[in-house]
Amino acid sequence: MVTVRVNVNLKPSLLDSAGRTVTKSLVDLNFSEVSDARIGKTITLQLEKYDEARIKAMCDKLLANPVIEDYSIEVIS
Amino acid sequence: MKIAVIQFPGSNCDQDALWSLRNDLKVQAEYVWHGESNLAGFDGVFVPGGFTYGDYLRCGAIAAQSSVMAEVKRFAEEGRPVLGVCNGFQILCETGILPGALLPNINERFICDSIFLKAENKISPWTEKVDSPVAVPIAHGEGRFIASEDEIKSLENNNQVAFRYCSNNGEINGAANPNGSMNNIAGILNPGGNVLGMMPHPERITSKILGSDAGLLIVSGFQRVLATVYGFK
Repeated sequence: MVTVRVNVNLKPSLLDSAGRTVTKSLVDLNFSEVSDARIGKTITLQLEKYDEARIKAMCDKLLANPVIEDYSIEVIS
Repeated sequence: MKIAVIQFPGSNCDQDALWSLRNDLKVQAEYVWHGESNLAGFDGVFVPGGFTYGDYLRCGAIAAQSSVMAEVKRFAEEGRPVLGVCNGFQILCETGILPGALLPNINERFICDSIFLKAENKISPWTEKVDSPVAVPIAHGEGRFIASEDEIKSLENNNQVAFRYCSNNGEINGAANPNGSMNNIAGILNPGGNVLGMMPHPERITSKILGSDAGLLIVSGFQRVLATVYGFK
C-alpha cells in the first residue's frame, strides 16, 4: 500500500476570502506578524500502487478544479 | 414540450422549479433522478439549486460526475434549452458546459436577499424579454464568479454575459455586486445561447402571489430556445 497526499490550493492570483478572514482573526489575536493566510485542502489517498499519471488524472477529473485551483502530489509512505 | 428537473441528493430548489414550470410557465415537467442515463422524451433540462452532496470537495463537483450530466451535456451540445440556477449553475461550470467557477462570496457570508439584474445580452432567448432592471432573489454562499482573464474576455466579446448585478436604476458598480463576482457577472450563456447558468433564482418569482412574476421573463426562455431550434410553438 502507498499513502499519497494531494494538496489542493486556490491559485495564488485568486482572493481566498476564508483565508482573509483567518488572517484578520489572527491579527486581532495579536499575532500581528501574520500578513496572509490561505486555506487549502488535503486529500490523503491509500493506493494499491503508485502511478503518478493516474493520480494526476484523479486531480484533473475530480479532486481539483483547474479554473481556480493548483495541486501538488506528495508520497507519504 | 417537456422539461426534466434533475434531482440530486441535496437538491432543495427542485420542487420550486417543477412548480414554476408546471403551474406558472404551464409546460410539462418531471423530476429525473441523477442516476438516470437517458433523457429520451424530454426537450429541455432545469438543473435546480441546493447543496448537492453537501457541497463536499467543491460546490457541484460531485454532482457534475453523475451519469445524467452526460445527457445534459448532450442536450447542451444539441442546442436544447438548459437552465442551471444557483447550485445548478455551479454544476454546469463543474461539468465544463459553461466556463468559469464560483468561489465563496467575498464577504464570507451566505447572502439571502433580493438584488437587481440587468440583461447584458439583449438578443438571447433567455434574456431578450428583460428590458429593464429586474429584482430577483439570491440565496448563496458561493456565488463569486471567476474565470481566467482570457475566458472573461471571450465571454464579454462573444456576448455570453447574460446578466449583471446592478443598482435599482441599472447602474453596474461595486456597490451593486453582492458577492464579488468578476465584472458583476450574475449569469452566463454558452456560445450557442441555449444554455443559461445564473446564481439568482428566477423560478422563485414566477407568480404574482409570490410578490413578482418577473422570473417568467427569464424562465420562458425554455420556450424561446425550443421555438428557435426546433420550431416549437
